[in-house]
Amino acid sequence: MSAPSVLFDLPGPKARRRHRIGAVLVIAVAAVFVYIAVRRLADRGQFDGELWSPLFNPGHEDFADVWNFIWLGLQSTLYAAGIAIAGALVIGTVIGSTRILLSTSRTGRLLRIPLVVVMELLRGLPVVITILLTFTFFRYIDFRLDFLPGEELMWYVAVGLILYNSVIIAEILRAGVASLPRGQAEAARAIGLSEGATMRLVLLPQAFRIMLPALISQLVVVLKDTSLGLLIGFHELLWRSNRLAQLYDNPLQALATAGVIYILINYALSRVAVWTESRVSHAAGGRKAAAKTEKATGAITGG
Amino acid sequence: MDPVFDNLDLFWSGFLQTLGFIAWAAVGSLILGTLIAACRVSPVAPARAFGAAYVTLVRNVPLTVVLFFFAFGIPELGINRSFYFFGICSLIVYTAAFVCEALRSGINSVSAGQAEAARAIGLTFTQSLGQVILPQAFRSTIPPLGSVLIAMVKNSAVVGAFGVSGDLFAVYRGLTGAGGLQAFPVLIGVAVGFLIITIPAGITLAVLERKLAIAR
Repeated sequence: MSAPSVLFDLPGPKARRRHRIGAVLVIAVAAVFVYIAVRRLADRGQFDGELWSPLFNPGHEDFADVWNFIWLGLQSTLYAAGIAIAGALVIGTVIGSTRILLSTSRTGRLLRIPLVVVMELLRGLPVVITILLTFTFFRYIDFRLDFLPGEELMWYVAVGLILYNSVIIAEILRAGVASLPRGQAEAARAIGLSEGATMRLVLLPQAFRIMLPALISQLVVVLKDTSLGLLIGFHELLWRSNRLAQLYDNPLQALATAGVIYILINYALSRVAVWTESRVSHAAGGRKAAAKTEKATGAITGG
Repeated sequence: MDPVFDNLDLFWSGFLQTLGFIAWAAVGSLILGTLIAACRVSPVAPARAFGAAYVTLVRNVPLTVVLFFFAFGIPELGINRSFYFFGICSLIVYTAAFVCEALRSGINSVSAGQAEAARAIGLTFTQSLGQVILPQAFRSTIPPLGSVLIAMVKNSAVVGAFGVSGDLFAVYRGLTGAGGLQAFPVLIGVAVGFLIITIPAGITLAVLERKLAIAR
């Protein structure tokens, strides 16, 4: 362990022996579990070539088609996540800074109430419901998004995700601005900048820098949430894997493949977030701000 | 909004069903999450590795994949249960990873100096754990744990959307499919059902957080 734990001291010879016994026990239990699992899988014929080869045998006649099919799904997933995060960043920045600016004047504080109510509603809604609401709302008012480039259904998913995540990003930014030293805003005002210019030129750039790790972590959440698009028939990665599972009757193999793809991408993203964190943690209030975002979003904990 | 008001009794029973579902998942994920957190902070290296692997894998996969794995994959192994059961299982497996991280961050937030001071004044391991470390760990764990549980409530909608019988979403499907009512107003009814749970929970959590805040 890198940091000393508060729970135990550096082990002495006796404790080390106990730990070794514990380690052997854990490995033994794990081995038994793996053995049972593998036996069960083998008994059910889950290691049969016909279930795996469309995915992993380049010699299989469908191999290229299968991976092309998955690749298209991955593209849809990444495309939807990209649009959602870009849109949420822009709108989130606008509503986040509006909310802060409104709190600086008395009339603003009144105007802020409806904004906060809408933000709380969007934050309290499960994101599945936001996506379905978006989809059924556009159908209800009979307005199509098919004039936009790309798959039409993707856009309902993206709009739903933007609605939810712009509020989260607004909160992340607000936490970032709140963590800046007061002197930053005071100095900006002292040299005659207006409230808006203070926000735009002084506070937001610093808040973005501090919040970069949180924003990258949020990308993982958005990427995972695109898979909810299959509820409205958006042909993303999971929809396509599920389709393959039906075609080849191999749900375990097809879903495991999809799972591994998600894990690889999201793990890479979260490593980038950690790396960025180590780069910006010297910035003012970096750690304080990170703690605040954990609280502000809660989304980092959600899917 | 007539479709909602005419079917309030249906919505009510769906709401209760959703609450029951959430209660099972909360208890299950707290237990499993605590076990995994215990692995992650234990002095036994393989146990730590297991905990770390579990968290890394589960956190980076969408809940939908976990759910599909339970619903379509596990029956391939000859284990057949109701979707209700599989739904709760997938929610528990998914949420446990986040519960584990919340607990772990709580334990780690106690500074090592506290434990050293406890030992220095001659407290035994049990005393320092029970009187010094755990009380502080719990205090700083409640806010993140609360957010995890609220997120779990919201995630239960994902499981519902794929078909747990009798819950809020089943009401939505029943009314919009067989009932032939317009989807959008009915969905608003479902949304309100969830907001009734999540918004008061969020407010309670914010109040708790202010009360428990420790200056460090």
